[in-house]
Amino acid sequence: MIRNLLKKHCILRSFCLFALLAAGAQVLQAQDWVQIGTNLGVNKIRIAAAEFKPGNTDPQTMPMKYVFDQTLYNDLRYAGIFDVVSKSMIPNTEPGSPQEINLASWAAAPSSAAYVAFGTLAVNHGQVSVQGFLYDTHAQQNAQLLGKQFTDVASVEATRMIAHRFADEIIQQLGGIPGIAETKIFFVSDRSGHKEIWEMDYDGFNQHQLTYLHSDSLNPEVSPDNSRVAFSSMGRDGWSIRMYSLILNRMVSFPQWGGTTLSPAWSSDGTKLAYSSARTGNPDIYVCDASGAGSHRITAFLGPNVSPVWNPKTNAQIAWVSGRTKLPQIYIMDTDGSNVMRMTDGGYATSPSWSPNGQFLSFAWQRNYGPGAPGSEDIYIMDIASKRWTQLTHDAGANDFPSWSPDNRHIVFQRQQGGHTEIWMMLADGTDQQQLTHEGNNLMPDWSWK
Amino acid sequence: MQQKRTKSLVLAAGLAAMLTVAGCHKKKVAPPPPAAPPPATAPVPTATLTATPDTINAGDQAVLNWQTSNATDVSIDGIGTVATSGTQSVRPTQTTTYHLVAHGDGGTADATATVTVQAAQSTPPPAETGIDENTFEQNVKPIFYDYDSYSVRPDAQATLQADANYLNQNPQLKVVIGGYCDDRGSIEYNLALGENRANAAKQALVNLGVSPDRLRTVSYGKEKQFCTEENESCWQQNRRAQFTLDQ
Repeated sequence: MIRNLLKKHCILRSFCLFALLAAGAQVLQAQDWVQIGTNLGVNKIRIAAAEFKPGNTDPQTMPMKYVFDQTLYNDLRYAGIFDVVSKSMIPNTEPGSPQEINLASWAAAPSSAAYVAFGTLAVNHGQVSVQGFLYDTHAQQNAQLLGKQFTDVASVEATRMIAHRFADEIIQQLGGIPGIAETKIFFVSDRSGHKEIWEMDYDGFNQHQLTYLHSDSLNPEVSPDNSRVAFSSMGRDGWSIRMYSLILNRMVSFPQWGGTTLSPAWSSDGTKLAYSSARTGNPDIYVCDASGAGSHRITAFLGPNVSPVWNPKTNAQIAWVSGRTKLPQIYIMDTDGSNVMRMTDGGYATSPSWSPNGQFLSFAWQRNYGPGAPGSEDIYIMDIASKRWTQLTHDAGANDFPSWSPDNRHIVFQRQQGGHTEIWMMLADGTDQQQLTHEGNNLMPDWSWK
Repeated sequence: MQQKRTKSLVLAAGLAAMLTVAGCHKKKVAPPPPAAPPPATAPVPTATLTATPDTINAGDQAVLNWQTSNATDVSIDGIGTVATSGTQSVRPTQTTTYHLVAHGDGGTADATATVTVQAAQSTPPPAETGIDENTFEQNVKPIFYDYDSYSVRPDAQATLQADANYLNQNPQLKVVIGGYCDDRGSIEYNLALGENRANAAKQALVNLGVSPDRLRTVSYGKEKQFCTEENESCWQQNRRAQFTLDQ
C-alpha cells in the first residue's frame, strides 16, 4: 500500500507543494481511501483474451471475428478490475473449444494469466454465432467458469453487442457486480452546427444524433429505465426542460414553466426530477414528478442555484451548486430542503455527480480560482461522510461535468484542450484515461444507469 | 399607462396620415403624368382617416372617422363606397390597415388608418413601435458586471437611469434582458449566473419605474460572446446585461 502511495505521488508530482503541505495528510488518506473504496489499483485479476477461432471460411467470418476480438479485448481492458495480458505475450494459438486449449501454456510466463477467455466465431447465412468460454488456468478440475452461446444478425453493430455481453458476463463472474460494456453515454455535440443531444456506446463507438432542434441543447440526463432523455434547451423564451423518448425516437411533451429552467436530474427510481428554475426571478432548486406535475421549490438562497443530483442510493438527499456565498460551491441537503451542508471549502466547484453506491461525489473544481490565479479546472471525488477528497485529473486542460458509471468504477467527463472540448472516460482513481470523441466539440456526458 | 399609450399612437397615426396626404399633394404639383393630366382648374381633393382607439383587443370595436374635400367618390377598402365624410364602427379580428381613396375632378387623394388588434399578451409588431433595433440600442445601453457577480455596480446606475428614462418615454416598447457571462467557468453555472444578472438589471429598471410586464429575461450564460479574446477587457465586455426589443 505504501509503495502504491509513493508511486502515486510520483505520478502526481505536479500536484502543487502548497496543497501537499496544507492538506498532505488529508490527500494521503483520501487516496488510500479511494484505492480501497473502489477496489482499484490493487490485486487486479490477470486475464488473457485469446484470438477467437474462425468457425468457417464464410467471407464475413474474419471481419466479424476481428470486430469481436477487438471489442472484447477493450471491454476487459476498460473494466478496471483486470490486468489484461498484452497481445504479444499470449500463446500463439486460437483455441476454439475447451478440447483445444492448453491451460498450462496460458498460466505460464509471460502470459501468466489466471483466467483465459476464448472460443469460436462463425458467420452462417448472414447470422453470426459465437461460442465463448472463460476458464481458470490453475484449476485442476471444474476449470470452466463460463460457457456461452450468442447468435445475432451478422452486422458490425450486433457483433460488437455480443462481445459487450460476453465481456459483461466475465466481469460479473470475476468482479462480482455487473459490468458496463452494454451501457450508453448521452452527450452534447456541436458537430451538426448546433448543440444537439447525441448518444454513443460507453466505448465511444456508435455515435449518433438524437435531437434536431437547431438550437442550443445542454445537459442530457437519461432516465433510469433508458426510456427518456431529459435535457435543457434554448427556445424563444429562454431555457426550458425538453424530453426525448428513446422508445418513440422523437420529442415528447413536457411542461414549460417560463423562466430560465435548467439541469433536470432523475431520481434513481425514475419517479421524480430535480431541476433549477428561475420562475420567481432567482434560480432555485425544484422537484417535480417524472411527468412534470407537482413542482415545488426546495431552496430559497439568493444567487445561482443549479445542477442538482440525487443520492441514487436513497433518493433522500440532493447535491447541487450554489453561489449563495459568491463563488459556486457544492452543497447537499435532504430532499425537503433541510440539513443543508456545504461540501467544498473554497475555489470554484461545479457539476456534481453522485456515485451509484451513494458514497462519493465527483465534481469539477478549481481550487485556486480568480483573476491572477489561473487555477486549473479538474475532476475530483469526495467521500461524503468524511468530506475527504482527491484530485483525479492533472495538468490536462479544463475538465468538467463528470458522470459516474453504474459500476462505481468509472467516470466520464469533458476535457477542453487546445481549443476543443472532447469526452473522456477514466477509472474512478484517475487512471486509464481514454478519449471517446474526436469530431467537433463534445460535452456534458451522462452515463446511463444500466 | 394604457391611455398615454393610445394617445401617443393616435398622434403617431395622425402624423403618418398627414405626411401621407402631404406626400400626395406634392406629387400633384409635380409635372403631371403624361397619360391622364388632371384638369388644372379643378381643386385637388384631400382626405383624412382616423381610427379610435387605434389599438383594441380581439373582439372589441374601433370607430373609423374620415373627412374629405373636393371629392365625388369615396371608398374604403374592405367596406366599399362611403359618404364623403362619416364614421363607421369596425370589429377587425386581426391588425388591419384601412385604406380610403377619394376621387374628385381635381385628382385622387388617399389616407390610411391602422387598427392594431392585440392577441392575449401579444407584443406589438416592430412597425408599431416605430423604433428599430439600432435606435433602441443607441438609447438603451447595456450594463456590465464584476467578475462572478450579479450585483449592479454603482457605475451602472447612470446607464440604468438613462435606459429607464428612455423606456418610460416609450411605454409601447417591450424589452428582452439578456444575461451574459465571460467564457471562464462552467457552462451550466454561468447560465444560472446569467439569469441572476438579467434579473438584477430587470429589478433595477423596475425600481426606476419601468413596468415589470414589459421586461423579459433570458440567460445566455457563456453560450454567446460579444468578444472572443482571452483578456480582461474582453471578459468585461462579455459580463453584461444586454437590452433588446422584444418582438
